Amino acid sequence: MIRFENVRKRYPAGREALCGVTFRLEKGEMAFLTGPSGAGKSTLLKLVALIERPTRGTVLVADQNTARVPRRRIPQFRRQIGIVFQDHKLLHDRTVFDNVALPLMISSLRRRELRGRVRAALDQVGLLRYENQFPLSLSSGEQQRVGIARAVASRPQLVIADEPTGNLDPQLSLEIMRLFGRFNDVGTTLLIATHDLELISRMGYRRLYLEAGRMAGPAAQPV
Amino acid sequence: MDAIGRYLTLHVDNLKGAVARVVDRPLGSVMTILVIAIALVVPAGLRVMVDNARALSGTWQGAADFTVYLEMAVEEPAAEALAGQIGERDDVEMAELLASSDALAEFRAYSGFGEALDLLDENPLPHAIIVRPAGTGADLDRLVEDLEALEETALVQLDTEWLERLRAILELARRVVDVTTVLLGLAVIVVIGNTIRLEIGNRREEIEIIKLVGGSDGYIRRPFLYLGLCYGVGAGILAALIIVLGLGLVASPARALMELYGSDYRLAGLSPADAAWLLGAGGFLGWAGAGIAVARHLREIEPS
Repeated sequence: MIRFENVRKRYPAGREALCGVTFRLEKGEMAFLTGPSGAGKSTLLKLVALIERPTRGTVLVADQNTARVPRRRIPQFRRQIGIVFQDHKLLHDRTVFDNVALPLMISSLRRRELRGRVRAALDQVGLLRYENQFPLSLSSGEQQRVGIARAVASRPQLVIADEPTGNLDPQLSLEIMRLFGRFNDVGTTLLIATHDLELISRMGYRRLYLEAGRMAGPAAQPV
Repeated sequence: MDAIGRYLTLHVDNLKGAVARVVDRPLGSVMTILVIAIALVVPAGLRVMVDNARALSGTWQGAADFTVYLEMAVEEPAAEALAGQIGERDDVEMAELLASSDALAEFRAYSGFGEALDLLDENPLPHAIIVRPAGTGADLDRLVEDLEALEETALVQLDTEWLERLRAILELARRVVDVTTVLLGLAVIVVIGNTIRLEIGNRREEIEIIKLVGGSDGYIRRPFLYLGLCYGVGAGILAALIIVLGLGLVASPARALMELYGSDYRLAGLSPADAAWLLGAGGFLGWAGAGIAVARHLREIEPS
């Protein structure tokens, strides 16, 4: 599903965020991307979502070479990926329902089908009863679950998450990770960046360890 | 069919959203719409004024007096008699003799050539008859022909020069209005463009998020275009109301003035077609201004 081949990323300021990263994430796999802050986890995810482009090397996502996706095709490219952010990135002037519906409205889904999918997504994260509330009236953990519902509402084959539990206590973090696990159970490919090693050590998924812009350790190879 | 339906739904949703956004912040929206409306009122109002003046100058065509200059040989009593004859025609409202001595005195008083006239032995001016015709168009032409055919007549001069000058001035005014229209149209585009630019700035985060979940440029652009359209059409409606109201205020004194000149001319108001033009122009300029702002600024906003 994701393939990096000797990927380098140097930012205009001169900082080298990734220096030669190679790895594969198979379809249906779920993996944690770990490593200290500044190791390049966010950069790697940005390359997957085409928020950034690699300086060198090849990034393939769902069998497409991202270098061959022109700017105007980026929206369509991103619609096959669900993205979860540390700061949720919800629209505070829209209801929970409308937030989750956003990616579906963008692909101009019929209204009845849209409602069904949004409800299903909210049900999966256990927030159906909050559909008419505004995000700010929800707790941080609940807001994050809204963000996850939004990411999966369009049923993408790939979900990436950047520190989705960054602001949550251990109990809530575990819940969120288990939620991701459930999506993986039904075939979604997930790549989750987190520095919470203790949390993921309790879960059995593959770990990719990034340090100073390089893949380190045996985790670099697929299991 | 289904695709068209969904497309229409999307546009209707966008339009509703834009209206909601305008209504949501009444003060700011009203000020924006007012500024644009004023920029629309000025050229449209001037146009109505110039059109009225042109129509009015058209009705004056027949009201123009003209002068029949007689041959030098015609003596004053004969001229007097001729003036009487002419005055009795059905197509003449009034005919008045301007005796050569009176004409000379007038000329001496107003021309500034008084001393030069003293050098002349005799009065070089002929008697003249000032005729106010009753009819216009073909009637007037026939009258002029008849008078030219008289053997006492040396020259018939229609005093329409001032009317031609007025027409030329009105033509110039019309051109000035055209230029003003273009300039203020540009101003509307700039005002709306700037408003939309600020709106884009306010909704930066939202735009980023929509881009992140795969919203196309078209999807992001549409609400702003509709917002521009709403401002423009709203301003068009307001401008039409202002003009109707303004004409209402001017109508009564204008009629009083017209009556003083013996004219029953009524001010032409804003026709439904003009009003439709105003709305259309407002909407178009709003859409265009928003389109320019969006094209310039949406690209700058990229998620990072």
